[in-house]
Amino acid sequence: MSRVLIVAEHAAGKLSSATARCVRCAGQLPQADITIAVFSADGAAAAEAARLEGVNKVLRIDAPVHTHALAATIAPQLAEIARGGYSHVFGPSTTFGKDLMPRVAALLDVPQLSDIMAVESEHRFRRPVYAGNAIITVEVDEPLIVATVRTASFQAVGAGAAAAPIETVTPSVALPTHTRFIEVSAPSGDRPDLQAAARVISGGRALGSAENFQLLYKLADKLGAAVGASRAAVDSGYAPNDLQVGQTGKIIAPDLYIAIGISGAIQHLTGIKDARTIVAINKDGDAPIFEIADIGLVGDLFKILPELEALL
Amino acid sequence: MSCRCRVRGVTPERHSRILQCMKRILVAIKRVVDFNVRIRVKPDGSGVMLDGVKWSINPFDEIAVEEALRIKERGGAEEVVVASIGPADCQPQLRTALAMGADRALHVETTEAIEPLTAAKLLLKLVERESPLLVLMGKQAIDDDNNQTGQMLAALWNRPQATFASKLELTDTTARVAREVDAGLETLEVDLPAVVTTDLRLNEPRYVKLPEIMKAKKKPLLTLKPDELGITLTKRLKLLKTEAPSVRKKGVMVTTADELVAALKQRGVLS
Ligand SMILES: Cc1cc2nc3c(=O)[nH]c(=O)nc-3n(C[C@H](O)[C@H](O)[C@H](O)COP(=O)(O)OP(=O)(O)OC[C@H]3O[C@@H](n4cnc5c(N)ncnc54)[C@H](O)[C@@H]3O)c2cc1C
Repeated sequence: MSRVLIVAEHAAGKLSSATARCVRCAGQLPQADITIAVFSADGAAAAEAARLEGVNKVLRIDAPVHTHALAATIAPQLAEIARGGYSHVFGPSTTFGKDLMPRVAALLDVPQLSDIMAVESEHRFRRPVYAGNAIITVEVDEPLIVATVRTASFQAVGAGAAAAPIETVTPSVALPTHTRFIEVSAPSGDRPDLQAAARVISGGRALGSAENFQLLYKLADKLGAAVGASRAAVDSGYAPNDLQVGQTGKIIAPDLYIAIGISGAIQHLTGIKDARTIVAINKDGDAPIFEIADIGLVGDLFKILPELEALL
Repeated sequence: MSCRCRVRGVTPERHSRILQCMKRILVAIKRVVDFNVRIRVKPDGSGVMLDGVKWSINPFDEIAVEEALRIKERGGAEEVVVASIGPADCQPQLRTALAMGADRALHVETTEAIEPLTAAKLLLKLVERESPLLVLMGKQAIDDDNNQTGQMLAALWNRPQATFASKLELTDTTARVAREVDAGLETLEVDLPAVVTTDLRLNEPRYVKLPEIMKAKKKPLLTLKPDELGITLTKRLKLLKTEAPSVRKKGVMVTTADELVAALKQRGVLS
């Protein structure tokens, strides 16, 4: 049997879809018994976690320090809980999980697996390396396996028939005071979440300015889509950093991805390979983005964008 | 951390005292296949083809070196030490970092593939030797894409971590770090010493000029073996095979916005 502990990611009292994706991944382990740990100030997301299909138990760890998730404070507590007989500890491969899980693994003196994309057995997993240019199969012979789950590879589970029991726990570990949260600015806070959206429209360097980049928002609103960006667009200041898609940005798997004025560098493509339909609009017919696109349109985006908007 | 010693007659004891109280930044760098190289998987599934490829400092680590140098140039540190774990072949990358302006290099020599946890344990030994006020390193290496070593080092060292940094400000006792997180930008304040891992927008590394490359040849580079540091290398992850990723089916080309919308409807993506 696999006893899986998943750390919940949540914001403003709402569970992130990344957690439901981790549950899907954990459910692929043999005879998985799944526990979700919710670190928060008031346990707000615990009830939501308990309703996820396949979850057997939810642990609530409530403390004012968890108002803002900090790896330094969550790691020793998660490690302490993990010592209680779990075989796997999973977190999402979001910035939250990537920050936290290696710290947990080191405290437990076990290796960590990053971005698992497929479960082959209790001890065997597949994960991408070299920006997704190679996929490796790795075996870990450890009684406790710590991993981050490549969320784009797993569909979120839905709500189950009955809610799992919720238990409040207080791990007895000293919490460090060496790390203090100051602030977070969320420039795209009120837009559809890039990592959960079914449709995404991304713009690249070709947009040329922050003003032009706004053209994408108009089209996105018509489609109910989230907006993404290439690194070049973010570096140039056309779009905020939280929109970056790719190896070092977000890895996404929407039903529809529309790349506008993006050349298709390998570091960008690795972030979109799992999209169901990829559309590319680019004036250069030889741009590498067309090698991966399902539907390609060669032309000037400044002419095509208004036409598209009128048609939708 | 505010103490100042002066170098006069340098006895070994004195030398180690100087080592202790100098404001030092340790930067960990990894030699990786250059980001421009198109990676190909070996037909027998044993790995990727590395013959004759171009090697570079991992781009994130190069940014870490640059940041350390800028801190030193602003007077925030007195010495920048670069360290790398790997085969003898990784010395050119250490020399490049010296040419950028780092003062000394440490090379932990091994031909074994090093897992992040082992790298963190080796780096901890270097940290104990060097007592840095700050350890800087890339958030991930572009070969294994693990994004683990900095966090693991911080955990083993029992010190703060600030990962994915896009802005870094130091005082004598703290670092204020803007981090690129999924929600946007998060600012943390951490006590020093701490581990900071770098994101791409932290800075743009300088180009090295030829005279610097010549000068760097004379800078100290110390080679250490893992067992000299008291670390026995163990393999806890077994790599079973390496495969090429699945390729997407060839798509269709359309010529107008109308055709695009029609094609999307035909695929059932738009209604
Ligand atoms: C370590 C590392 C990590 C990286 N991580 C990422 C990452 O996570 N995400 C990412 O995106 N990149 C990443 N990159 C950068 C990547 O290599 C590319 O530089 C980047 O993706 C290019 O962005 P772009 O396609 O917008 O710009 P460009 O490559 O400059 O492409 C612009 C495209 O727009 C087209 N164009 C120009 N004008 C028009 C017009 N009027 N109409 C239509 N098309 C037009 C051009 O034909 C061109 O194809 C990374 C690089 C490194 C080294």
